Amino acid sequence: MHDTSAHAAQHQAPTSFLRKHVFSLDHKVIGKQYYALALAAALIGMALSWIMRIHLGWGNAAIPGLQVLSPNGAPGGVLTPEYYLQLMTMHGTIMVFFVLTTAPFAAFGNYFLPIQVGAEDMPFPRFNMMSFWVTFTAFLVLISSFFLGDGPTLGGWTQYAPLNAIGSSAGPGQGLGVVLWATSIALFCIGQLLGSLNFITTTLDLRVKGLSLMRLPLSAWAWFITSCMGLTAFSVLMPACILVILDHVAGTSFFVASGLVLNDQLVPHSGGSTLLWQHLFWFFGHPEVYIAIVPGIGIVSHILMANMRKQMLSQRVLIYCMGALAVLSYVVYGHHMFVSGMNPVSSLAFSFPTLVITIPATITVLIWVFSLYGSRLRINAASLFALGFISMFVSGGVSGFFLAQPSIDIMLHATYFVVGHFHMVMGVAAMFGIFAGTYFWFPKMAGRMMNETLGKVHFWLSFVGAYCIFMPFHYLGLVGNIRRYATFTDDFLQPLIPVHRLITVAALITGGAQLIFVYNLIHSRFWGKPAPDNPWEATSLEWSTATPPPWNNFGGNHPVVYHDPYQYGVESSVGDYVMQASPEQVKTDHDEK
Amino acid sequence: MATTIYEPPRLDPDRLPGHGNGGGGNLVPAGGDPRLTMDYAPPPSSTAIWVVLFAISMMFAAFTSALVVRKGSSLDWRTFKLPTILFFNTLVLMASSVTLELARRRVAIFMGKLQKQVESPARWLYITLLLGLVFVVGQYLAWSQLRAQGLYLATNPSSSFFYVLTATHALHVLGGLGGVVYVIRKLGKSTLRRSTLDATARYWHFMDLLWLYLMLLLWMKL
Amino acid sequence: MGKFFAITIVVIAILSAIPILMHTWDAPADISTHGHLIDEQMSETMAEAGISFLAAQLLLALFIWQFSNRGKETKLKNFPGGARALVIAAVLVVGVEVLALGVFGVKAWAGQYLTPPSADAMPIQVQAGQFAFYFRYPGPDGKFGPLHPERINEGSQEFFGLDKEHDVESRDDVVTAEMAIPVNKEIHLLMHAKDVGHSFFVRELRVQQDFVPGLDVALHFTATKVGKYEIVCTQLCGLGHYNMKAYLEVMSQDDFNDWMKKETALQ
Repeated sequence: MHDTSAHAAQHQAPTSFLRKHVFSLDHKVIGKQYYALALAAALIGMALSWIMRIHLGWGNAAIPGLQVLSPNGAPGGVLTPEYYLQLMTMHGTIMVFFVLTTAPFAAFGNYFLPIQVGAEDMPFPRFNMMSFWVTFTAFLVLISSFFLGDGPTLGGWTQYAPLNAIGSSAGPGQGLGVVLWATSIALFCIGQLLGSLNFITTTLDLRVKGLSLMRLPLSAWAWFITSCMGLTAFSVLMPACILVILDHVAGTSFFVASGLVLNDQLVPHSGGSTLLWQHLFWFFGHPEVYIAIVPGIGIVSHILMANMRKQMLSQRVLIYCMGALAVLSYVVYGHHMFVSGMNPVSSLAFSFPTLVITIPATITVLIWVFSLYGSRLRINAASLFALGFISMFVSGGVSGFFLAQPSIDIMLHATYFVVGHFHMVMGVAAMFGIFAGTYFWFPKMAGRMMNETLGKVHFWLSFVGAYCIFMPFHYLGLVGNIRRYATFTDDFLQPLIPVHRLITVAALITGGAQLIFVYNLIHSRFWGKPAPDNPWEATSLEWSTATPPPWNNFGGNHPVVYHDPYQYGVESSVGDYVMQASPEQVKTDHDEK
Repeated sequence: MATTIYEPPRLDPDRLPGHGNGGGGNLVPAGGDPRLTMDYAPPPSSTAIWVVLFAISMMFAAFTSALVVRKGSSLDWRTFKLPTILFFNTLVLMASSVTLELARRRVAIFMGKLQKQVESPARWLYITLLLGLVFVVGQYLAWSQLRAQGLYLATNPSSSFFYVLTATHALHVLGGLGGVVYVIRKLGKSTLRRSTLDATARYWHFMDLLWLYLMLLLWMKL
Repeated sequence: MGKFFAITIVVIAILSAIPILMHTWDAPADISTHGHLIDEQMSETMAEAGISFLAAQLLLALFIWQFSNRGKETKLKNFPGGARALVIAAVLVVGVEVLALGVFGVKAWAGQYLTPPSADAMPIQVQAGQFAFYFRYPGPDGKFGPLHPERINEGSQEFFGLDKEHDVESRDDVVTAEMAIPVNKEIHLLMHAKDVGHSFFVRELRVQQDFVPGLDVALHFTATKVGKYEIVCTQLCGLGHYNMKAYLEVMSQDDFNDWMKKETALQ
């Protein structure tokens, strides 16, 4: 027998309900499962943020129902300081892992990467299915910490040592809560590694004839680069989590130094290194935030070109910039540790690549903005969110100028300036990327159009609302408002409380606007207008197939690719564009080979 | 909004090549640029195994840096003598790489239609499996020897890292043994792919190299 | 809607810039000898960041205004220079700008962290623990006695775990709950963590530094203005993190001597 070709069907058409909808091997179903997980996680994370914001504005506010979830944490519905921190930790962990890594990368990537390379599915569908269910299990383990022991860990999503390893005498949630957190995250890492495996092999080995690497859509490039980052980052976080679990359950001392005293008792561990955790965590943690944003960069570029009816000034440069961001992300992580007590020379060493990483980010923004020049820009919900992404990415990126310098970091570290910075880039820009992708690809995934009016309402409230929430964070940080404070008791913080109240009002309204999106999603899924195969007149391979695509994506045929994926602005038999798989020999001046 | 439905090209079955990443041998684009024909892409298993080996390397790199930092951060590191059985285990693992390489070549010949020249192609696979199991048992004996000396997981950071590194490696070796079993089963049913065989072998050899690295690390640092 | 979006971007950009330009959100006045370097860095960075922010947002708005919802017949064009001009511009302008910031920033950082304290700097030890700062002065012998963590007992106010019976140097150590320092005198601050990670931040002093359990970190600074300032913890340390603070009192040398006499008597 001879070796069958790489893209031979890895599985047959599903027949049973379980195989079709639950334990599916189909990358499209897995993508939708990831999306549903991210949606549920986002709603929980958002509810947590509401509770946090209400408490910050009105410290004695009783939040109805909270005392049911935790009678100790919120007696009478009023948050205790420890419960505030526990909710804050869960907010960060859920959002960073289960929303910002899951939606742009695992959800959209799983659904569209195989289609954009012309394949029938990923090469290892069983591993792919496993990756979702492992991630889902990780989510359940994390959520279980709300209900077990004395609640979730309170150490922040960054879980610094020795607070993370020293045990329950350090505070509620620091025993079982940490073990559950670390177990959940270790499982998450495994799930994502399995995902990266499929993404990388799909991109490198399953491309159809004519689809050279430079002819891949930018979204595919983004998913590929992200999966390479994930491969390197998650395989470092997982051992760190294992070591911290061992410090808890096996009496080891990886992270707990000698001579520590809690509640007048000498802590039994000794000799561990506090900074070791930070190095391991941030080696993962900085690439992680690029994992959160790079898919958005690719998706936004992809959507903008379809809506500008014009190519970017250079797709290649955008690809190189995404690659540069990925590579540089590994040598900048120490900028989270400038005042951590590590060697101050290291701080300087980390600050230079951190400043240099501004360059590919700037080039990306310049290419986007200057490609708009001379375009025929269409305004719809997808393009509004894509353009909004640019604005948010600029706003969030610019605050990076400050934080990249150790001397300025002395004043801004651990203040709301940092919180404003990362919320702008992750909490807003990356979310806008997810929204843009949803409005753009929903017709292909569901076979129905989303409500365009509701989409625009969603956009306006989110865009203005997000600025109202997060721009003031930067000002608060400039005057020294410390982060991760449950209540503001310091003299200099009292005058800032009215600002916090305004922010809370903005947060509640903006959060409410997201419910419009959820309604739109659900309503359109069942009652939206039926979508044609190519509603946006777009050119990449996903628009060459039926809506929604059949189980094997192209109905048993394999497309042949003749053009790069962004042949917009030519006159062809179908309109002002040429599909990537069309043999029509019309093309723009720049048609990648 | 124009509605566009694009019909995928019809395949010409006479021109389907025996392997490659595109089913359509028809409609070669004009110009004949060799990059556009792309008749061959590596089978996904061989790319996949490099991906897996890279992730495993990163994990052990993380453990290595943890070891180095932990050793330098405090004065409580106590070195101890490595159990001698480890050297025997090393030889066993190296031998298993040799037997797996032998097995791989024989199976490849067998798969290449020269069945008559190779009897029981799975024999050396079974021998590899056996040697692998001997290795794992040998590791367990090493742990018992350490325990007999009073060196447990939490006794000292040096013993902590010893157990963590060797146990993680042993777990991955067991995974590799699972791969060998999978290859034996597939071979028995004549559904074994060449790429699967090669990938499994590559993984196993990597476990061997990784073990040599760990021995060096433990011997130097412990 | 495109034009409306463009206007919104412009309005938001300008409204964001106004609080900065009005200097309503500046850090409190600097009372340190090294802080002016940090403040200068901050102003320069703010200017460059502000210009980049406004330029990017306004250009984005401009092009959205000009090119949104144009008819099908309008001709597409590329910005002159194309990608190459942009890449060169970005590398040159941004590259030079950020490297300049980096290079000039070295001085501000090195002055604080890479220079040793002067020989006559006054040593003070600060210990951070859940959820308070305590300070220790070496007393007339100028030496700190050894710490014995197993002797720490908050109930009997033995915060540092000193053994005054057996350790001669400990006998004259003065332990206080607030930090008093003489004005214009260099302080050599030795930072010790009792339990988990904490951080020491005084905004006016332009000083922020984490405590590292297992590693004693040292800082030096000089305060130039008499007054009472807050020391706050900025590294999440547990449920009392929000409330963990102490006061820094900068006094004249005479007042400081009086304070030290009073505190010594209370030991």
